[in-house]
Amino acid sequence: MSDNTRDSETEGLEGKQASEGRSHGAEERRRVHDLWVAGTEEPDWVATATDEGAQEMLPRELDPGLAAQRGVTVVDDYGEATGLRDDELQILNMGPQHPATHGVLRLQLELDGETILRSKPIIGYLHTGMEKTAETLSYMQGGTNVTRMDYLSPFHNELCFSLAVEQLLDVDIPPRAQAIRILMTELNRVASHLIWLATFGLDIGALSMMLYGWRERESVLDFFEKVTGLRMNHNYIRPGGVAADLPDGWETDVEGILDVVRTGLGDYEAMLNENPIFVDRTQGVGIITPAEAQAYGVTGVNARATGLDYDVRKAFPYSGIEQYEFDVPVGQHGDTFDRYLLRMEEIRQSLRIAEQVIETMPPGDYRATDRKVTPPPRQRIDESMEALIHHFKIFTSGFDVPAGEVYQAVESPRGELGMYLVSKGGPKPWRLHVRAPSFATVQALPVMMSGQLIADVIATLASVDPVLGDVDR
Amino acid sequence: MAGEVDNPSFFLTTLQKGVNWTRTKSMWPATFGLACCAIEMMATGAAHNDMARFGMEVFRASPRQADLMIVAGRVSQKMAPVLRQVYDQMAEPKWVISMGACASTGGMFNNYALVQGVDQIVPVDVYVPGCPPGPQSLLHGILTLHQGIMSGEIQRSTGVV
Repeated sequence: MSDNTRDSETEGLEGKQASEGRSHGAEERRRVHDLWVAGTEEPDWVATATDEGAQEMLPRELDPGLAAQRGVTVVDDYGEATGLRDDELQILNMGPQHPATHGVLRLQLELDGETILRSKPIIGYLHTGMEKTAETLSYMQGGTNVTRMDYLSPFHNELCFSLAVEQLLDVDIPPRAQAIRILMTELNRVASHLIWLATFGLDIGALSMMLYGWRERESVLDFFEKVTGLRMNHNYIRPGGVAADLPDGWETDVEGILDVVRTGLGDYEAMLNENPIFVDRTQGVGIITPAEAQAYGVTGVNARATGLDYDVRKAFPYSGIEQYEFDVPVGQHGDTFDRYLLRMEEIRQSLRIAEQVIETMPPGDYRATDRKVTPPPRQRIDESMEALIHHFKIFTSGFDVPAGEVYQAVESPRGELGMYLVSKGGPKPWRLHVRAPSFATVQALPVMMSGQLIADVIATLASVDPVLGDVDR
Repeated sequence: MAGEVDNPSFFLTTLQKGVNWTRTKSMWPATFGLACCAIEMMATGAAHNDMARFGMEVFRASPRQADLMIVAGRVSQKMAPVLRQVYDQMAEPKWVISMGACASTGGMFNNYALVQGVDQIVPVDVYVPGCPPGPQSLLHGILTLHQGIMSGEIQRSTGVV
C-alpha cells in the first residue's frame, strides 16, 4: 500500500471521528497492520513504530532491546552493533515448514558467516482463536477447548481450567478426585518429557532416542486410553471433579508404567550422559542467565536450569499436591545439557508422586456431589424427577458461575501455565486469557541463540521444548 | 496381478497396474505436522505402529522428494498459503490425506482463525476422522489411499482444485 493511499484512508477515518484524540489512536492502530514491502522506500512510521512488521527485521539501530522496552536491567546485547556492513550479513529464514521447529515456528536469523547475531521468532502459524472460542462454550464444554491448547499436556490444561472455574464456583472437590487429578497430570508430565526426549534426540542426531521415547510413551498412553477413552485431548478433568472413576486394576497398570519408564530412563542415561557427541552438542549451548530468564518470564524447567528455584507445585500448591513428597531439581548452568538433566530427574520425581498416589489413594467420590455443577449418577435419573431436571439443565444450558475474576496457575511440563478467567455470571466465560509457558520461552530464544553457531539453533530450540499449540493457541 | 495363463513361467500385467503398484510401495510423506495430529502422525512412524511396514517411514522435509502430504492438524489462515506452496512444490504424482477433524472441516473451531477444511486449498484424496485420529486410524486412511491407487479409483492427481 502506498503512502498516498494510506493518507487518504486515514483522512477519511479522521473525518468520521468526532474527537481528535480518538482519530490519532485509529491512525496508530492502522500503522501496526501496514506491511512494508522490502526494497521499497521506507515509510516514515517505521522509525517510531513498536511493531517490526511481519516480514522484516528492523534495522539494527532501531531494534529496541528488551532493556529499552521494559526498563529492566538485564544485559541483552543481541541487538548491539557489530561494525559489519549490511551486505556482510545474511538473513536466513527457518520455518514455518521445517522438520526441527517443533510445529510451525518460524525463525528469522541474521548471520555473520555461521554465527548468529540476531534472531526473530515469528509466531501465529497455528493461531486457532481458542481464547475467543472459550467465550462461546459453556464451562461444561470449555474443557474440550482448552485441552487442545498444549496438546502434549492436555491434563494440565484441563486441570488449570477446572481449578479456575471451581475457585469462582467455590465448590469442594473430594480427595479422591484430587488424587486422580494429580496422578493423571504427573503421568502426563512423564509422557510429555518422553516426547521431548524423543524429538530432542532426533533433532541433534541421536535417532534411536526417537524410537525409544515413543515406545515408553505408548505405555503411558495406553493407560490414558483405558481411563479416559482417548489417547490425547481427553476432556477428563472437568469442573467439579473428573469424568469417570479409575478402572479396576489401575494400580497394576500404573506400576507397570513405573517399571517400564524407570528401566527406560536407565537405558537413555547410559546412552546419552557420557556420549561425547551428545555432551559436546549440549553443554554450554543455549545459555540463559537467571536474570534474563526472570525478565523474559521464562518458567518451568528452562528457568530452573538457570538456578531459579520456582515450581508452581511448591510455590502455589494445587489439588492437594502438597501432601506428596517430591523434590524440585534445580540446575546451575542454564544450558541445554542442564535442561536435559532436569527433565530426566523430573520424570523420576513424577513417577515418585505416582507411586505415592497408589499407596494413599483415598476412597470416595470421583466428583463433587453438588448437583448444580456435576451431573447426577445415571441410575438416579430413572428414580428422581429432580435428578432428571439437573441432568437436563447441565447438558443443555450448563451451570451458572458467579461473577468474578480469578487467576489460576499449574506447573505444566513447560512451566507456569496460567488461566485468567473472567465471569459476568451465566453459563459461559466472559473472557479467558491463557498465560502460556511456551510463549514466554519462545520470546527468550533470541537471547539464548545470539552469538552461537547456526547448528546450535536446532539444539537450543529443541531443548526449551516449545509447543506451538501453546504459543499460538 | 492380472491374467492367469496355463504356462506358469509367464507373468502378465498391464503397465498401469505395475506403475500403481510401485507408487503404493514407497510413498514418502512430507513432514507437514501442524498440531495435535502431528504427534499421532509421529507415533504412527514410531516403533509401535511402524509405518516402515508400508515403505513409508522416510518423512521427507523437502516437498520435492515427497509423494504424500499428510495435513496433520488445524490449518490457520496464516498457514494456508504456506501449505499451498508446499503442495505446489511437490512433484507429481502427489496425494493428500487430511488427517483429523480440524484439517477436514475446521472441527470444533468454527471461528475467524482457522481454514474450515483443507480441501478449500488443496485437493484431498482421503479424509481421516478423529480428534486426533489414532495411529490405527491413520494407517487405515493410508491403506485406503493405497487401495484406491491400486484399483485406479484414485487417478493421478492433476494438482487443480
